[in-house]
Amino acid sequence: MDNLISVSSTMLYTAFILYLIATCFFGATIKEKKDKGKKGIAGKIAITLTIIGFLAQIVYFITRWIASGHAPVSNLFEFMTFFGMGLVFAFIIIYFIYRLSVLGLFALPIALIVIAYASMFPTEISPLVPSLQSHWLYIHVTTVSLGEAILSISFVAGLIYLIRQIDQSVKSKRTTWLEVILFSLFIFIGFSVISATFNIADYHAQFEYEERGSTLTTDYQLPAIAGPNDGKLLTENAMEPLFEVPSWMHGANAPRKFNTLIWSILAGFVLYVLARLLFRKRIGAAIQPLLLKVKPDLLDEVSYRAVAIGFPVFTLGGLIFASIWAQIAWDRFWGWDPKEVWALVTWFFYAAFLHLRLSRGWHGEKSAWLAAGGFAIIMFNLIAVNLILAGLHSYA
Amino acid sequence: MNKIKCDCGHVNPEGTVLCEACGKPIEENQHIDGNDKRTLLNMRYDGSARRSQTYNKSIVDKIWSFFSSVKVGVWLIVIALLASAIGTIFPQEMYIPANAVSRDPAVYYEDTYGIFGQIYYQLGFHNLYSSWWYMILIALIGISLVICSIDRFVPLYKALKRQKAKRHETFLNRQRLYSETENVTAEEKDKIVHALKKQRYNVRNENGHILAEKGRFSRWGPYVNHIGLIVILIAAILRMTPFMYLDDYVWVREGERTVIPSTDGEYYIENKDFILETYDKNNDRFKEAIEQEGMVAKNFQTNAIIYKEIAPSVAGAEPELKKIAEEKIKMNHPLKFDGYTLYQAGYQLNEFTSMTFKVHETDDPDEKALGTFTIDLNAPKPEYKLDNGFRVVVDQYYPDYSLENGEPRSESKYPKNPAFVFFVYPPNSEQAEVSFVGIGRNIDATGENQYKLGVQDFELRDVSGLTVRKDYTLPFFIVGAIIFMLGVIQGMYWQHRRIWIHPKGNGLLVAAHTNKNWYGVKKDIEKVISGTNVEMVKDQQELDE
Repeated sequence: MDNLISVSSTMLYTAFILYLIATCFFGATIKEKKDKGKKGIAGKIAITLTIIGFLAQIVYFITRWIASGHAPVSNLFEFMTFFGMGLVFAFIIIYFIYRLSVLGLFALPIALIVIAYASMFPTEISPLVPSLQSHWLYIHVTTVSLGEAILSISFVAGLIYLIRQIDQSVKSKRTTWLEVILFSLFIFIGFSVISATFNIADYHAQFEYEERGSTLTTDYQLPAIAGPNDGKLLTENAMEPLFEVPSWMHGANAPRKFNTLIWSILAGFVLYVLARLLFRKRIGAAIQPLLLKVKPDLLDEVSYRAVAIGFPVFTLGGLIFASIWAQIAWDRFWGWDPKEVWALVTWFFYAAFLHLRLSRGWHGEKSAWLAAGGFAIIMFNLIAVNLILAGLHSYA
Repeated sequence: MNKIKCDCGHVNPEGTVLCEACGKPIEENQHIDGNDKRTLLNMRYDGSARRSQTYNKSIVDKIWSFFSSVKVGVWLIVIALLASAIGTIFPQEMYIPANAVSRDPAVYYEDTYGIFGQIYYQLGFHNLYSSWWYMILIALIGISLVICSIDRFVPLYKALKRQKAKRHETFLNRQRLYSETENVTAEEKDKIVHALKKQRYNVRNENGHILAEKGRFSRWGPYVNHIGLIVILIAAILRMTPFMYLDDYVWVREGERTVIPSTDGEYYIENKDFILETYDKNNDRFKEAIEQEGMVAKNFQTNAIIYKEIAPSVAGAEPELKKIAEEKIKMNHPLKFDGYTLYQAGYQLNEFTSMTFKVHETDDPDEKALGTFTIDLNAPKPEYKLDNGFRVVVDQYYPDYSLENGEPRSESKYPKNPAFVFFVYPPNSEQAEVSFVGIGRNIDATGENQYKLGVQDFELRDVSGLTVRKDYTLPFFIVGAIIFMLGVIQGMYWQHRRIWIHPKGNGLLVAAHTNKNWYGVKKDIEKVISGTNVEMVKDQQELDE
């Protein structure tokens, strides 16, 4: 058993490293294509490594499945990891349709960020509560995350489009918003960096606080900037919180999650400022010259196509399979639980996207901004709904 | 109706933008699709005459035009999206947690979320999804769906049916993909036609004018999926009627049989056993997680027997019942019978069924029993006579005892925390001693009691909570969802590609249109013209950013 689990985590780690190396090779394809003619060798190496990495991650998935006795999509670590895997899979599909190497340069880092982010949550194999004991667990979760992953590829293509197309010679609303998108990616990196740092340092601070008449303890793995409301620090030599979270913030470990959020934003901000200092220009402006050879209309097409492919998959997994399972487990197929509502919001959003595109001719940049908006909603549903809006899905 | 006759001889309905047969732009209608301002033709509905764009006089026309606008439709979607999101800011009324300060929304929202909570509650957002305005919003989307679809489907269907292979030259050179070749031999042309057929194009040839078409059925995808959505909305309306849908709840105690509500007394359920299992904390697999998170439930299960009444019960007499099902109802494994479904939904552990008391002398350190008696908590007798002559009168019985403002009371009629006030009459005495006995309580009101009562034994049982459902609307939802999925797949995973070949002099013009995946159609053309002299089409798209 322990053996399988260690094989499983090694494989996940291997996949991570392979994606990282593949990203570098995708980066190399940009320089390579200068001499026209034969297909670049870097691109071939890159996609091969990506596929091997994907296979390694499948081994992770299967071994963990055997070890836990259920599909490893039952807690936030497992789910986010699977979502990262879905991103890579969706990228591979789109790559073989369009052979667009630059997509890998952006899709793989996003998958890397997602996997790194996932591994900061508790990774123990956890038992399934009765409501999750159903085949629909993996039918529903795998389909919905695959759908969301394909939709995310739309964002990746849209992001490249925006970086490629937005006029960086003057500061404008568009350059600012593009920086906002890029900054939000830095926040995820910030989260991973800061969590890993304090993990290695083995930092712990226990707090005791009251909630609805019962005394709870919470274990901060990051120094407390925001402490629990009326909390008492139990651990010695740990930092006293700078302030306390407002009393209305509750839910499972809400103060700790809020503290993590503050840390992530701070760390992301520091990283972002460092990057700005390094490039001495906007991040978008720094990347733009690398993308001059990419055809914008192809990016636009990929972005749209990903939505066209992902929307039905998402509908099937996120709404239809979800309803079937909810009907079996909770006697109602729809209950306006926050996670359900946000799946509906996502669905509405992409429905609007498709209508705007098909009937109102929103192509190119408008469509790319929409793709970014869709990704923001997906991430909100994956992360914020679980962490902030507690509901039936708050298994984190 | 002012029909429009095109140069090619085809008679088009009023409001047509591009001739249905030859595609020639009809001059006076070019503003409708904005073709007058561009070089490329807007091919959205093949330039067919849409009612909404043609008539705008009567009130019906205006309403029709309003709802047939995709712009309006998208706005409705966006508003629904925002409204739905707002409903998740704070929990909806039905999700107010059981351990909240108060389950009264008027108290809960303000108390928990402060001023924002109060505003949220006062705006009625605590029941947002069943509010009249949210329902109207969804209904408007439904109307928009129907009108948009009819407005576009009918003319588009006609236009695609009536299209001719021979197209007007302007139609071709104002397509996004277009090329002109000066000299093309007949062999080359044959080769192209052959290649098109090999690519599974449907090829029509009219005097050398060629139309190669593929995947036209994907154009109907949007209309099919809209039908699916309409079916779902109708199902949702049906679900509001009691004939189609019923929702009830039954609590049944272990060992008891009770009538299932909302079945007109026709069905009974007996609870043989309720089982709650948790994961073993020594389980190798989950040891670490259980250490971190605490106990995790593994199974909620009711072993139930369902009976059907076979003869109507005569007043007072036991009904005559027939066993129709015996099953384990678990989470994710509901029990179905005769159109009803029972779901394991709740439980209450350790309710008391009976308690046995003993009488002993107050100052006896061994508390030796002088006599015992057992009370059935669901049917306590007023008086118990003990073998040794003691007599115990039940003065007060609190099944679910609690103390409120110094007053003892019962929170419910269920024996969750039973407590009694007893009058104890020693043998041959008419002088009663008053004793208050409950779980962990034994109060001697006067402090002078010679005898004391103690709980010697008790029996417990669990209670199962089950949802009772009958839902005849499910098949409608399923059919709607299937139609929707088929429609979406049809529209999204296939593309309608058309390639026109138009002979001109010794050469020919090639143009192509697809509703999506231009990359794919370009690749098709590349394959088709390879080995011929024909020029590759140029992408004339104007990226108007």
